[in-house]
Amino acid sequence: MNGGQAAALELRGVWKEFVKGDRRIEAVQAIDLEIRPHSFTAILGPSGCGKSTLLNMAAGFDAPTRGEIRANGAPVASPSPKRAVVFQEPALFPWYSVYENVVFGPKTQGQSEQTYRPLAEKIIEQVGLKGFASHYPAELSGGMKQRVGIARVLVMQPELLLMDEPFGSLDAQTRTLMQELLLDVWERHRQTVLFITHDVEEALLLADTVCVMTARPGRIKKRIAVELARPRTIEATTSPVFNALKREVLALIREESVRADAETALE
Amino acid sequence: MARVLRAPWALVLPLALLVLWHLTVEHRWVAEGIIPSPAQVMRSWEVWIFGTIKGGLSPYSGTWLDNVLYSSKRVLQGFGLAAVVAIPLGLMIGWNRLTGRLVDPTIQLLRPVPITAWLPFAIAVFGIYDASALFLIGLGAFYPIVVNTTHGVRDTNLLLLRAARMMGAGAGTVLAKVVFPSALPSIFTGMRLGIGVAWTAVIVAEMIAVKSGLGYVLWDAYYVGRMDICVATMVSVGLLGFVSDRVIVYASRILLRWRTLEAGA
Repeated sequence: MNGGQAAALELRGVWKEFVKGDRRIEAVQAIDLEIRPHSFTAILGPSGCGKSTLLNMAAGFDAPTRGEIRANGAPVASPSPKRAVVFQEPALFPWYSVYENVVFGPKTQGQSEQTYRPLAEKIIEQVGLKGFASHYPAELSGGMKQRVGIARVLVMQPELLLMDEPFGSLDAQTRTLMQELLLDVWERHRQTVLFITHDVEEALLLADTVCVMTARPGRIKKRIAVELARPRTIEATTSPVFNALKREVLALIREESVRADAETALE
Repeated sequence: MARVLRAPWALVLPLALLVLWHLTVEHRWVAEGIIPSPAQVMRSWEVWIFGTIKGGLSPYSGTWLDNVLYSSKRVLQGFGLAAVVAIPLGLMIGWNRLTGRLVDPTIQLLRPVPITAWLPFAIAVFGIYDASALFLIGLGAFYPIVVNTTHGVRDTNLLLLRAARMMGAGAGTVLAKVVFPSALPSIFTGMRLGIGVAWTAVIVAEMIAVKSGLGYVLWDAYYVGRMDICVATMVSVGLLGFVSDRVIVYASRILLRWRTLEAGA
């Protein structure tokens, strides 16, 4: 708690172990994280550092081995529309049209069509899918599918948006477009976002705070405040402030990979 | 257009077999009187379907449609019964771990018992009535449907389940809106296999357990040495099996339109 207002998401001493055969694998270690409402936080780390594990626990898909996770003060026990997830794969229902996919959340939660339809149509337009509402996922490109993945969570107006490398599988050009789209959408909705990525520029462009993680077992090595003016565009990536931050983060990552290599060599 | 061009190729092999059949009989490559010629089968079949002009008392005169209807009705009823039980059961076995552990081993244990081995049991319990035939057809069609439904459910993408749950779906909604549509292609595969078994079972059942239908005609014609009618029956069953399979494929094309889009992309 700070100033009486609960953090949108709070992780206290979170550890996660997996048992594989007779081996215990520590995925994440001693994670303390507090995300303020309406902030954009990125978790940056190499692949296999447990970032996705962290997100799955925050979503309620997985329980931590030790520690506590709270969302708006309430313990996280199961998935909830209040904590919406955009997955790395679009994970759309292939038997539903774009519109049916987008309204799945509100419809399932028993909202009336008069309530969700105008909002769904507005958001479909905002993410650039106007005219594709009746298309099926199989008819869309990778980038368009991921727009649907974003639209279907925005329409639920969640308290927290959890994004697990949502642009990781897109080509570079589409990724840039999607980053700009997300910045634009975020300016309009200002939902609290936890964004997982391994892309340094992506993290710095989108987030207010970047948490750099160590290699497995994952810990948070350093938090960096990104003081770039909003609204941001892709132009921000060419500014001196951005480049200074990028140098700082890259140095951290290099240090980390050297350490991880040394440890692997010792094993 | 491609469809039209493909049709002649599909006919090459059946026509070749027909010619071979004709030549075998014509040149007496097998002992005379065992195999009827294609032309003879066609003539007998025509009489069997339309009857002779003067009527006649032959049991194979104008009785084809009745027997086709007897057999088709049994297949539809038995298959329908099997689908109504096997689809919900398969969903439960695949979805609920306890149901799976409770029911699945028994199904796997009973499944290898051939449908023909159930015949004496069926007759002893249900007598020489339709119920015997329905039991055998239903049981035969049940296994492939239940096994494929279970398989389809277990193959549901974990990410889709998670997506549904984070959008607020409870167990019932997940089952109806995610698991069922996701398993539907497998369910259709099970139904196609099931209808095939149903036609096998109806012939066996009618040969022994009931006194009507194509299976009964087949066995009866064999006894009185009417191989021409036997062959006409075989072709009839084959055509009926083919048509019922096409009906299921057509239904799946309509219901799984999203999937044909996927394949085309």
